[in-house]
Amino acid sequence: MTKIIRRERLVPNIHLLEIEAPEVARRCRPGQFVMLMPDLRGERIPLTLADWDADAGTVTTVFMAVGTSTQKLALKQAGDELPVFAGPMGKPAEIQKFGTVLCAAGCYGIGAIHPIVRALKQAGNTVHTLLDVKAKFLMYWEDRLKAYSDEFWVSSRDSFYNCKDYIPRVLKSILKETSLDRVITIGCTYLMYTCSEATRSKGIKTIVSLNPVMVDGTGMCGACRCTVDGRTKFACVDGPDFDGHAVDWDELFYRRKSYFEDEIRSMCYWEKENLIEG
Amino acid sequence: MGDQKKELSPELKERQKAGFVQEWRKELRKSLSAKERMKIPRQKMPERDPEERNTDFQEVNLGLAAQAAQIEARRCLDCANPQCVVGCPVAIDIPAFIKLIEIGKYADSARKLKETNSLPAICGRVCPQETQCEVVCNLAKASGVPVAIGNLERFASDYERQQGDVYIPEIPPPTGHKVAILGAGPAGLTVAGELAKKGHQVTVFEALHVAGGVLVYGIPEFRLPKAILEAEVDYLRRLGVEFRMNFVVGMTASLDDLKNEGFESFFVGTGAGLPNFMRIPGENLIGIYSANEYLTRVNLMRAYAFPQYDTPVFLGKRAAVLGGGNVAMDSVRTAKRLGADMAAIVYRRSRVEMPARVEEVHHAEEEGIEFHFLTTPTRFIGDDQNRVKAMECLRMELGEPDASGRRRPVPIRGSEFIMEVDLVVVSIGNSPNPLITQTTPELKVGKWGNVEVDWETMATSMEGVYAGGDIVRGGATVILAMGDARVAAAEMHKYLSGLS
Repeated sequence: MTKIIRRERLVPNIHLLEIEAPEVARRCRPGQFVMLMPDLRGERIPLTLADWDADAGTVTTVFMAVGTSTQKLALKQAGDELPVFAGPMGKPAEIQKFGTVLCAAGCYGIGAIHPIVRALKQAGNTVHTLLDVKAKFLMYWEDRLKAYSDEFWVSSRDSFYNCKDYIPRVLKSILKETSLDRVITIGCTYLMYTCSEATRSKGIKTIVSLNPVMVDGTGMCGACRCTVDGRTKFACVDGPDFDGHAVDWDELFYRRKSYFEDEIRSMCYWEKENLIEG
Repeated sequence: MGDQKKELSPELKERQKAGFVQEWRKELRKSLSAKERMKIPRQKMPERDPEERNTDFQEVNLGLAAQAAQIEARRCLDCANPQCVVGCPVAIDIPAFIKLIEIGKYADSARKLKETNSLPAICGRVCPQETQCEVVCNLAKASGVPVAIGNLERFASDYERQQGDVYIPEIPPPTGHKVAILGAGPAGLTVAGELAKKGHQVTVFEALHVAGGVLVYGIPEFRLPKAILEAEVDYLRRLGVEFRMNFVVGMTASLDDLKNEGFESFFVGTGAGLPNFMRIPGENLIGIYSANEYLTRVNLMRAYAFPQYDTPVFLGKRAAVLGGGNVAMDSVRTAKRLGADMAAIVYRRSRVEMPARVEEVHHAEEEGIEFHFLTTPTRFIGDDQNRVKAMECLRMELGEPDASGRRRPVPIRGSEFIMEVDLVVVSIGNSPNPLITQTTPELKVGKWGNVEVDWETMATSMEGVYAGGDIVRGGATVILAMGDARVAAAEMHKYLSGLS
């Protein structure tokens, strides 16, 4: 069993989970993920690393409560235990001195991109960070990301931030003024897709961190297969990072929502069993 | 690869002889003539009714009753030169354990099994006895019907477990040597048991949250109940084996990291955990699973009990399973149990080339599974939501034998037809899982990504590192993995003894 040190709601629906896992912590690299189960009836789900501390032996992830397993996780408290916590999984993000790199993220990806922004900065890059939130009250970790960013933008639907627009359009306008050597994007599939489309015409290498359905996370099952450059890849062992311009996005969208009805059934069942009194 | 030796080693010959000349065995042989023994019909394994069992996940075979087991044991001629032992990949002293059943000493029989096999309740259920020990049984040559060795193995080990007093052998004083086993599948569990019994400190590292490997994620409850596996794993724990679950060697730590932790010898038994696909158009449509994914969802994650368990699985009404092996049989029988109206095997060769056990094929047929032989899909067709709705198939005919010695299937031109399906399970084998080999460059691998070994010793290219099972063989059987494991364990013991 793995102990939870902290579970905290960062913003509505997005939570931080800090876990005591010394063996995992000492091997973590930016871009990797962990597999966990909230309880023995739960699903095995992948969560991207948001931070870790090898000395303290802790691993931090940020997740959005969307289905039964993440809902269960969102109700955990410090001191609770997880029956499954394994990792780090997946290939680490490619970190080197590229020149000027823009990191675009939204939703849980704001946490997930944090180690990448930090590592890119430490590798000597000029790092631009572009975050997407619907409104000010959904922003978190702004300071942590600003600390490693040479430029910092936020696209949002309210007027609080500097870019009241959707992230691909903001990205396109940045591209007009700034020459970028690479774009790295993490967040919901739609965000990664639109950011990849925004950079396609300029041919700027755009790395996406794919988040398909997974079961074991070790290459054993193929649930996470996706088509990249016309070839089937397993996101868990060949990825999760791929070239956003080579991904078959339609296939990924369909595969990601393939259990939609089951997910709703599962949530209804769980709510009835656990949340409704009497 | 790794062909079984056709003759027993001198030590094993000695062991057989010593057992054969024991007084009680002599007397038992005299008590009933071979002729009388040969007249006894093979005792039938009681099975649940097909129409009842194909709707649930309870075990199909019920096990022999004690009386039937004793009668069956009487059929064994207790040969001077028992071929069954030669046929067994782990060289169980088969006549000895069977004769103990004949005289009613069931617990002793189970102990006898455990001298050479740490997991007899599992082997008694999933081994292909008909191609190993039973095929060479002298009774089969004499009367046509071999002794039901597998059913008797199951009986003795079930008896021991059910009466609750599982014998734990005396463990010699600790040797002080630390051994790491990578993978808690059949090979790893076997090595763990053997080395723990020698007094070594054994730790098993397992990536998943349950021990058993393919025994837990692959083989369904109706063929191997989880409780049986749990009991076998519990036995290993009582032998002093430590399990570290959720530990992915290659990711959580490398082999070198473990060396630095003080582990002196290693066994790589990480299995063939990388599913092969057909590589035909439409294979990533929704509703197409690898057998690994389909069975893992149902067995390990218990999707059959969704939504009590959170992991879902598609419940096809028209399910096609591609392949003809035991995994394909497990998959198709699972689909039937989950409510498929049509659950069909689609296999590119004919019945006789199917690698599945005869018993499994027979059970599948009884349960209403359809078989489409000499058929291969060429593409999958999806609906507007990218869900598979049909597959285009081609009829085949058998041509000249290929490298495997089986006649090669050749497509018949213009024979395309459409089969309507809403669930497809691809069960055409696995490749070795790359996680350890990728992170351990010193480990020499073959062209399929399999770890290369010296078949005499199961030693890899790295000193002190041994390997066995599917990571070496590609896709094989539980018992071959266990055979490798026994060889490796003996060599690892020698290696460790040489260190001190």
